[in-house]
Amino acid sequence: MSKNVYVFTEQRDGEIQKVGIELIGKARELADALSQEVVAVLLGSGIKEKAETLIKHGADKVIVVDDPMLAEYVTEPYTKAIYEVIKAEEPEIMLYGASSIGRDLAPRVSARVHTGLTADCTGLEIDEETKLLRMTRPAFGGNIMATILCADFRPQMATVRPGVMKALAEDATRTGEVVEFPVTFTDADMNVKIREVVKAEHKAVDITEAKRLVSGGRGIGNAEGFAMIKELAEALDGEVASSRACVDAGWIAKDEQVGQTGKTVRPELYVACGISGAIQHVAGMESADYIVAINKDETAPIFEVADLGIVGDLKVIVPKLAEAIKKAKQED
Amino acid sequence: MDFNLSKEHLLVQQMYREFAENEVKPLAEEVDEKEMFPVETVKKLAKYGMLGIPFPKQYGGQGADYLSYIMCVEELSKVCGTTGVIVSAHTSLCCAPIFEHGTEEQKQKYLPKLCSGEWIGAFGLTEPGAGTDASGQQTKAVLEGDHYVLNGSKIFITNAGYANVFIIFAMTDKSKGTRGISAFIVERDFPGFSVGKHERKMGIRGSSTCELIMENCIVPKENLLGKEGKGFAIAMKTLDGGRIGIASQALGIAEGAIDETVKYVKERKQFGRALAKFQNTAFELADMKASTDAAQLLVYRAAMGKQEGKPYTTLAAAAKLFAADNASDVTRRCLQLFGGYGYTREYPIERMMRDAKITEIYEGTTEVQKMVISGAMFK
Amino acid sequence: MKIVVCAKQVPDTTEVRLDPVTNTLIRDGVPSIINPDDKAGIEAALQLKEKCPGSTVTVVSMGPAQADVALREALAMGCDEAILVSDRAFGGADTWATSSTIAAALKKIGDYDVIITGRQAIDGDTAQVGPQIAEHLGIPQVSYAEKLEVEDEHTLVVQRQFEDRYHIIEIKTPCLITALAELAEPRYMSVGGVFDAYREKEVKVWGLADLEGYVDTANIGLKGSPTRVAKSFTKQAKGAGEVLKDLSADEAVEAIVAKLKEKYII
Repeated sequence: MSKNVYVFTEQRDGEIQKVGIELIGKARELADALSQEVVAVLLGSGIKEKAETLIKHGADKVIVVDDPMLAEYVTEPYTKAIYEVIKAEEPEIMLYGASSIGRDLAPRVSARVHTGLTADCTGLEIDEETKLLRMTRPAFGGNIMATILCADFRPQMATVRPGVMKALAEDATRTGEVVEFPVTFTDADMNVKIREVVKAEHKAVDITEAKRLVSGGRGIGNAEGFAMIKELAEALDGEVASSRACVDAGWIAKDEQVGQTGKTVRPELYVACGISGAIQHVAGMESADYIVAINKDETAPIFEVADLGIVGDLKVIVPKLAEAIKKAKQED
Repeated sequence: MDFNLSKEHLLVQQMYREFAENEVKPLAEEVDEKEMFPVETVKKLAKYGMLGIPFPKQYGGQGADYLSYIMCVEELSKVCGTTGVIVSAHTSLCCAPIFEHGTEEQKQKYLPKLCSGEWIGAFGLTEPGAGTDASGQQTKAVLEGDHYVLNGSKIFITNAGYANVFIIFAMTDKSKGTRGISAFIVERDFPGFSVGKHERKMGIRGSSTCELIMENCIVPKENLLGKEGKGFAIAMKTLDGGRIGIASQALGIAEGAIDETVKYVKERKQFGRALAKFQNTAFELADMKASTDAAQLLVYRAAMGKQEGKPYTTLAAAAKLFAADNASDVTRRCLQLFGGYGYTREYPIERMMRDAKITEIYEGTTEVQKMVISGAMFK
Repeated sequence: MKIVVCAKQVPDTTEVRLDPVTNTLIRDGVPSIINPDDKAGIEAALQLKEKCPGSTVTVVSMGPAQADVALREALAMGCDEAILVSDRAFGGADTWATSSTIAAALKKIGDYDVIITGRQAIDGDTAQVGPQIAEHLGIPQVSYAEKLEVEDEHTLVVQRQFEDRYHIIEIKTPCLITALAELAEPRYMSVGGVFDAYREKEVKVWGLADLEGYVDTANIGLKGSPTRVAKSFTKQAKGAGEVLKDLSADEAVEAIVAKLKEKYII
């Protein structure tokens, strides 16, 4: 009989990734609804001491598979370890971060276990009647949402993008069990060879690919105005964009221009700073999920498309906002 | 009767559109502004087969058909009239006469290089004193042993600055009038051949339009195209085909202008609503759409006529007459819908209007097309 | 080297719009395209072929009869063979059943060295089918490939992208690679390629009967899918936003931060 809500908590260089902690928060809610337990599964090399954190964030139990072969992510050893955990433990539900690791591992596991997998869920809840996991995800480029069930196979598996679920605050008083789970690896399990691991600096992303954009318009005053735009973009882990006015003025490269004669963008967040919102500009950004506009002129048309409009002086607000966001991130 | 494109044509149209959108459109403004012959674009056109579309594979062509070539000129011209005419002049005015009138040796020698884009082709008929009246050729060719010696000059030659091969017309026997005109395949490197002054034009500014000068130019005897005295017939037949290309260029320019205008009027607001919501805008565009569709039917009919080996002289003339007139009319009216912005170089519409005008002039003026059509009616 | 590319025909989701009145998906007139990651995979395969003379590229797609045009496009780009895996019985498949069906077709092809799939398709964004195929076939995979080199006849070297790093991975054939769009900028079809695609080459259609012996019918189509769509709905239409004025800078910052937190953006 399958039981409990399992979370694959990924680590990189021995550091637990935030998405795993977020998933434990969600798993807690699901497990409570089922009156079951939250079990975190931690794979790595010399990783056991990190298990305690997972308990403090809501796990009842942590299963650790510790082996040098698991230090750096490789598909087959990870798949084998998770598969053996699933075989032995029979989870009811298993969650993975929809990172470039989780999105490689989870489908491979689903094929091996023969169970369903729902990708990039934005909503997870237990159906009150059937006790099934209701997995809701966007499709068609986010234009529609679908709720998916996996009734006949276990575990019910889902991946969730980082930042979608809310982590629980750390509770130092929480206690739980940490167990080591033995998996025997052979050389054949390492069926590819990592020649090199190169850690990348933050690389500039094309604005059409960026999830968050902070865009400067004529209202930023001059080329130097982009310094504060950049600072805010960095605080938000986003990229800098611009209206045509700034490109024409030579303050920024044409590559960053949003609008009819520039690029069309669909980020999850678009912060328009000092952009009046000429139709040519709006055509390029109105599909953003959430639009914040800061402008002195309360009649600026940008406010017609903004979800949140702030009438005020961007030169004061933007730097303060960057500070506030950095602070908010640290508190998290 | 079937007005549907075949699957091949639909897919090749998709390819032209992707290519035009990604490779040609982004350069169109610069090509116009700087009077820049798009050398890199031409290499890409060659890479994907667009410089030898309707010719058999045995000569390095794509083994496709005439309609697919005409559609290529149309799609390119939607975004850049210059690029459209480069392909049209190369294909219709240089490759086609070699393919249709050349000896097997001439075809083997020239077509693979032309179809692969290694060489670019051009056509030299017009002279300072022989425009619409092409029979008034002053360029002379005299046979001296194993070669002809050409003397004279040509003007307004499309692709001239970058072409390697020219189809040149010259008098071999003045006493016979038009039957004394012969056609020659002339390579740029032949002794005595040179490319002269580059014309500064109103539109299609990136196309290289120059004069050609032949001073005791030595052309090997085997480079006579067709028989001696058949040059005028070859020129007229070549222009019949070329006219379908230019008609297609005109068609593309009109379609491109309508595309830009539809986009603009949906976004631009005046008096609190989008321009598209005004009946004048809607009716103007409906009118233009209908006449441009009519132009397309005429152009495709002429292309199919040529492809199927039917007489197509009047079909080509009608297509060019109508499509060229339509291009000028449509671009002018589209610019009016753009208003002040349309008159600026911020938007492509003024360029399209300038590009459209030439289609009423070259490869037979509108008046020549009327002569051709009415001539056939009164026969 | 025998290279097989798996490609999907998808609606161009950037062209999908919501009807502002009914709040339903407008799919009429939305063009179908080869999924972008898959198209990069096709290009990568063609480049591999160019580097290893004597190689062939076979493109496989599962979908309805209309997917023929996507395969013709792949042929027009230069692929040698095309197979459309198509049968009513395959309809309604989730990623698990899709991957077991495609894996069956690949087993039938048999002598592949490299299988390339796109990382994910833009209509579903799941990124599951590639790794699942590899598992069904029991071959190693490298997903998120952003560079691909051939070392020798049996060895590929792949640059595998992660959020914060990349791995240079050596992998032996037979293997499966999932391609990021960055892996290779797809070439255009050539004019002659288009005509050859229709006049000289063929798209083979494999139905359920053709895959007999390669797949258990319990593992295909809607019936073979572990997951089911319980319901689908369009996202709530965006209401009018709010505009705040006469705030101090600090109040403004507070308001923005509060909203971003509410939306889980920070």
